[in-house]
Amino acid sequence: MDALSWPAILAAMTLQLLPVWVALGLVFTVSRIYRRHLGLYGRLFDSPIGMTGFAIVMFWVFTAIFAPLIITHDPLAQLSGMKNALPGSALKSGADTLFPHYLLGGDALARDVFSRMVMGARDVLAIAPAATAFAFMVGITLGLPAGYIGGRLDTVLSFVSNLVLAFPVILLFYLLVTPEIQNTGPLIAGWRASIPNVMAAVLFGFPILFFCILWNSRFFTDPRRRNIYIGITLALGLWVYAGLAFNADPTGIWAMEPNLLNVFVSVVFVNAPTVFRIVRGLTMDLKSRDYVAAGQTRGEGPWYIMLWEILPNARGPLIVDFCLRIGYTTILLGTLGFFGLGVSPESPDWGSTINAGRRLLSVFPHPAVVPAIALMSLVLGLNLLADGLREESLKD
Amino acid sequence: MLRFLGRRIATMALTALCLTFVVFWLTNLPPNLEKVAKSEAGSRISDAEVASWLEKYGYSRPVFARYGEWLGVVPGHVAEGANGPEGRCILRGTDPAAAPRYCGILQGYWGWSNVFKEPVGKILATRLGLTGWLMFWVMAVMVPASLLIGVLAGMREGSKLDRSLSTVSIATTATPEYVSGVILVTIFASSVTGLKWFKGTATGAMDEITFENFFLPVMTIALYGIGYIARMTRASMAEVMTQQYIRTARLKGVRFRDVVIRHALRNALIAPFTVIMLQFPWLLNGVVIVETLFNYKGFGWTLVQAAGNNDIDMLLGCSVVAVLVVLITQLISDLGYAWLNPRIRLS
Repeated sequence: MDALSWPAILAAMTLQLLPVWVALGLVFTVSRIYRRHLGLYGRLFDSPIGMTGFAIVMFWVFTAIFAPLIITHDPLAQLSGMKNALPGSALKSGADTLFPHYLLGGDALARDVFSRMVMGARDVLAIAPAATAFAFMVGITLGLPAGYIGGRLDTVLSFVSNLVLAFPVILLFYLLVTPEIQNTGPLIAGWRASIPNVMAAVLFGFPILFFCILWNSRFFTDPRRRNIYIGITLALGLWVYAGLAFNADPTGIWAMEPNLLNVFVSVVFVNAPTVFRIVRGLTMDLKSRDYVAAGQTRGEGPWYIMLWEILPNARGPLIVDFCLRIGYTTILLGTLGFFGLGVSPESPDWGSTINAGRRLLSVFPHPAVVPAIALMSLVLGLNLLADGLREESLKD
Repeated sequence: MLRFLGRRIATMALTALCLTFVVFWLTNLPPNLEKVAKSEAGSRISDAEVASWLEKYGYSRPVFARYGEWLGVVPGHVAEGANGPEGRCILRGTDPAAAPRYCGILQGYWGWSNVFKEPVGKILATRLGLTGWLMFWVMAVMVPASLLIGVLAGMREGSKLDRSLSTVSIATTATPEYVSGVILVTIFASSVTGLKWFKGTATGAMDEITFENFFLPVMTIALYGIGYIARMTRASMAEVMTQQYIRTARLKGVRFRDVVIRHALRNALIAPFTVIMLQFPWLLNGVVIVETLFNYKGFGWTLVQAAGNNDIDMLLGCSVVAVLVVLITQLISDLGYAWLNPRIRLS
């Protein structure tokens, strides 16, 4: 087998990514046809910038979903003779069952760079949006009362959030994301009260709290319905909560490795104060509106006004910030990987791969450049998407 | 004004106390102290020996007392060593009797670095000097470039120039330092694929800064900031350009160039000023990444070494500096904003 030239490499990659193209084509056709009925999402297809961003983001989402179909080799398999192989190199040992080339070359441990990049998309896209969503839950649940009620509550919460914001991010990561930290702290009924575990127990509780307040404030006049909604929230929420925070899910579906939990909790912790500040600012701005005053005269409770009057009206900036923040979280995760913190060295996530590749950067750049470009394009897509959304949401 | 300043400084001091305490607590968790004991007294000692070593050198006291000692408000612990008294306040090779009772940050004593085998204060001074040069050049590149891009993009909103410059700034904000560093090195410094214009390492810049060895690290940090500041400047400029007085000036027949330079610029630069000041803490992040990537042994590199090698005093020293930088820039940004914007009154 000969080595492939660059056009041949690109053609082979395009072919490998076929499921992604099909899915992208479907989403775009359907969305464009029905775009007048899809609200803000539909209007995204009127703005070229937003559409480009959406296409890039969905490309990575579909790559992550179809990753097992796309990869050409096992991302952990080390094939002999392929150490630091250049892009397009043919396999040395000719097993017929394997894909005959390393499309984007091999890394320092003779693993396929292309497959690792594709599998890395899975890691990144599993953690970043989830961590951002948790940060938003925490920020919204605390930011709404801080902005609406104000007073001493606001002073205390703002002080704490400024405290976290003044903390240099990298230092915080170095202190929080170490393996030893998992083993310190008292043991309570078989559960280790280490700092990340305690933080997880607190932070992961916020979504449950948020939804319980959300249902209660709306349906407390109709106890039967309220009980059903809160019952469902509690059943689902506590199930996931027990699994993620206490590793005590009886069915074993929800569980997090200690390392991953460390990373996840620190990223949520770093992001939550910024969301808090944004929500607080928006709330302070919106609470002087007439509809809030009207709600107060009608005798609506404070939580009803916050969650059902103010929050829906603050959704525009929050959606835009959510997109930007996923990008920022991706960058943070990459930073963690770059310093070799948290995740295992075998993990194909982009930050760790860049870190592993930078040692031979001036001789064999491809193992580091491929994940670097992948990470950059995903964040760029998210930023463009946010820009498009902002433009479209400002139009009404 | 004075009351505002006083309140701000009091909050700052409280924040600094809280943050340094958190760092102190996190760096002095039992496993870290155990590592210290093992590195000082031998790696094969038993758990009981570790405990007695910690007891002897005062590490087993409550964390608040030890934080006070580090801060310099609680007398330093003195242990009976093999060659007379040993302790935090008794420097190696000095007379124990002449040692001060208090020795903490407040007395200017930063501690001893286990990794570099030097006093922390001395290391910090040299390393900060090196990082200072990096920061200076980053600012010298970043501020003019981003303001220029922002003003050019914002003065005619929606034009072709605006579209292309905005896309460039979005692209640079989407490129974190560890990505742009890798790409820049590959393009400009790699010995296989690159143009070999610059050096891929900045180790030489510690002795003598040249264009060849310092361009890539500076550009790597500056690029990430440029996009962000440029976008803020653009938004601010675009808003100013829609104001009544700009239209009036245009209708009076003032040239477009003069309107931009004389009427719009000063008002448009208020918002970016805060952003630039608040960018300093972010630069800290970039500095750590770039110094690691380019092997430039400044403050960021030291922080990584200290964190990786469990060098507690060094890490505490680094965090004090980092926290102070963040807090002082926040204060300057608030004051400067009020000073530049006459509509804001401090009270």
